Amino acid sequence: MDRNIVLHLDNISKRFGPLLANDAINLELAEGEVLALLGENGAGKTTLMNILFGHYVADEGSVNVFGKELPPGSPKSAIEAGVGMVHQHFTLAENLTVLENVILGTEPLFAPRQNMRKATSRLRELAEEFGLAVNPKARVKDLSVGERQRVEILKTLYRDARILIMDEPTAVLTPPEVESLFATLKKLIDRGLAVVFISHKLNEVMAISDRVCVLRGGKVVLETHTSATSGEALAEAMVGRQIPEPKRTPMDPGKPLLHFREISISGEHRKLLLDNASLSLREHEILGIAGVSGNGQTQIADLLSGLIRPDGGEMILCDVEKFSPTPYAMVRQGIGRIVEDRNGTGLIGDMSITENLASESYRERRFSRFGLLRFKALRNHARKLIKDFDVRCPGISAQVRKLSGGNMQKLVLARVLSEKPSVILAHQPTWGLDVGASAYVHEQLLEARKRGAGILLISEDLDELLQLCDRIQVIYHGQLSAPMEADHIDLQKLGLLMSGHGSEAA
Amino acid sequence: MRLEPRDNLSLSITLGGPVLAVAAAMAICSLLIIWSGSSVTEAYAQLFKGALGSRFAISETLARTTPLILTGLAAAVAFRAKLWNIGGEGQFYMGACAATLLGTGQLDWPSYLLIPTLFIGGALAGGLILLLPTMLKTRLNVDEVVTTLLLNFIILLFVNYLLFGPWKDPMAMGWPQAEPILDEGLLPALLERTRLHAGFLIALASSVGVWALMRFTVWGYEIRAVGASPKAAGFAGIPVRRTVVRTALISGGLAGMAGVCELIGLKGYLTLDLSPGFGYTGIVVAMLAGLNPLGVIFSAFFVAVVYNGADSMSRALSVSNYIADVITATSLLAVLVSVLLTRYRIKWK
Repeated sequence: MDRNIVLHLDNISKRFGPLLANDAINLELAEGEVLALLGENGAGKTTLMNILFGHYVADEGSVNVFGKELPPGSPKSAIEAGVGMVHQHFTLAENLTVLENVILGTEPLFAPRQNMRKATSRLRELAEEFGLAVNPKARVKDLSVGERQRVEILKTLYRDARILIMDEPTAVLTPPEVESLFATLKKLIDRGLAVVFISHKLNEVMAISDRVCVLRGGKVVLETHTSATSGEALAEAMVGRQIPEPKRTPMDPGKPLLHFREISISGEHRKLLLDNASLSLREHEILGIAGVSGNGQTQIADLLSGLIRPDGGEMILCDVEKFSPTPYAMVRQGIGRIVEDRNGTGLIGDMSITENLASESYRERRFSRFGLLRFKALRNHARKLIKDFDVRCPGISAQVRKLSGGNMQKLVLARVLSEKPSVILAHQPTWGLDVGASAYVHEQLLEARKRGAGILLISEDLDELLQLCDRIQVIYHGQLSAPMEADHIDLQKLGLLMSGHGSEAA
Repeated sequence: MRLEPRDNLSLSITLGGPVLAVAAAMAICSLLIIWSGSSVTEAYAQLFKGALGSRFAISETLARTTPLILTGLAAAVAFRAKLWNIGGEGQFYMGACAATLLGTGQLDWPSYLLIPTLFIGGALAGGLILLLPTMLKTRLNVDEVVTTLLLNFIILLFVNYLLFGPWKDPMAMGWPQAEPILDEGLLPALLERTRLHAGFLIALASSVGVWALMRFTVWGYEIRAVGASPKAAGFAGIPVRRTVVRTALISGGLAGMAGVCELIGLKGYLTLDLSPGFGYTGIVVAMLAGLNPLGVIFSAFFVAVVYNGADSMSRALSVSNYIADVITATSLLAVLVSVLLTRYRIKWK
């Protein structure tokens, strides 16, 4: 190494009960480089960074920053030593302004005006220098996710961070926001900062990092220069085996299942959230909805979930004469709903696996009679599903909240797909899942397509859409583009449509 | 110092937590007893002797446990569904009013018809009055903590009006009380020459009933699901509003039954001091029990012991019987802390 080592993790081990989360991990970070820390959920990435930042105390090993050992368990001394952390879940006070959030903890909040002015100009300088445009006076609650992340980065820079730890920073960002984040990161390393970039998205790691370190089961399994490796090699190192991504086989679509006919939905201030949106879904077909989130995807998902009704136009289920769209009615009509927010909406975290698996079907005669639950049937159902869908859990009476994200999603899939729905809504079904779990979800969706289901796949992940979909429509500002056959799709056109330049492209 | 979540809760921790909490609360309250100049051991000895020291003392304590079980269940059911019913006191009086309306001569029925009718009438009155704030909550998003609490005062003043006005018993020598319930409408005593009445059995049966409802029925499943996450419950197709309304009817009904119980089991006629705050104490009872319907029996008994015992303690020693309020309040706080400590462990660094 010819450059200065700024961070040295020496032999870090950390145990949580029976689980060895970090097992004798050694890691070095040099000035001006981006080190990607790669690993599946539960591989120990977050634990390691929390030890570095002083949130956890390591059982063994030490953390050295700029040649000095950090006292364990002290975020304050980590900050003082120049370590800044951007958490996956932001730690901003929503009701305060950007400026107040940034200086919070660095100086008294109710300081004389002069300090505030100085802080404002410092913040402006930093923002300009690193391309982190954000209005210091704006309240955080009014900011988009991307802007909030910029505030988090500014917060660390304002405290003179020289080492930046970013925990899955792109998980919440839209593709253009990811690009601007990468531009910022390049500027940061040009100034000699060092960045630890935690992720499980391979293409991003390949794009941004100089070196990559792969964790698996709490151990470092691969450490190499990014240029000397490939996405496939990293994926294999991450999961310890090769993951065959399921392939879509061509299929003739069957009869139509679902139509949206010129549906409009207006939100606050009469803003159109869906604007004359039309789509048709057929049997044996996966229809993709591409687009940056917040362009009306939520409304499409809510319509199909039975949570809202169209203000104009109509939603037609081809097998059904008349129906009133409520969640219960939609389930009864054979619509499977895999919702974006599996934690808060798809599952009831405080209830057991058995209870969650029955939440859409408990009123059926097989699960209840005369108002009494049939526990034996419920438990057998749960046992069968966790086996069929390979849900890893301590038992069927375990609380859902304690499962990992991947297992939660398997639970949702189990509940939805076991009912053999004819129409399936899959809204960001692999969001936040690791490679193995994502491949599993894809496999299950393709399986349902083979069976004859029509699947509406709403995703921001273009790779996912191109891999799975028969046709793709792009949504922008509530308007749906005409469907494109996925086999001859023009990526450039797709990109233009997603950024709202559809008319020029056409 | 920081909190780390515990992985698995063993049964001994879950059950031991509240017991330790109560012990801690009594330890804290012993400071007050020392301050008032009495011996701690003597004070607590008096307290337990006063509550449990004789056949009569035990019967008095169980008589006091009865309404507390019912109001405790009322709070426990509602809180499970995250319906914050603070109006148990008002619903209690509504139940008593309904029983007075039906039981003072309007229905000339035998006991086996009249007593169930009074309970049904009281439960309906309590349940229906809670519907008002509940509808405001489900339709207009009005905070039910405020509306149920304030409704208590409206109902109390209304009862006040009835007792000084149209319902005033002319034979009561000017006291503000309603006409007595017919003899057919009174609950039989469980023990001779004590005030312990059959209402105690009704309260116990209600506990078991509510426990079975929450555990084995579709309604109970819906109540728990809506309480755990209204959003996820609604998404899954569980009728959220209907469940909340149903919960309100059950909760208000239980509080109303408590009022009927006190009226036809103990007092015999409606007065304004029928309840020394049973509705409010029910909230403490429910929280002490961790909202478990069977646990409510034990926490209601504990609270009754403290209140009854404190009375005799204050008679024997120079400790005010307000110590009962302090002990129950401290117990509640201690239980809340112990709930935190059973879920998390403290790490000192």
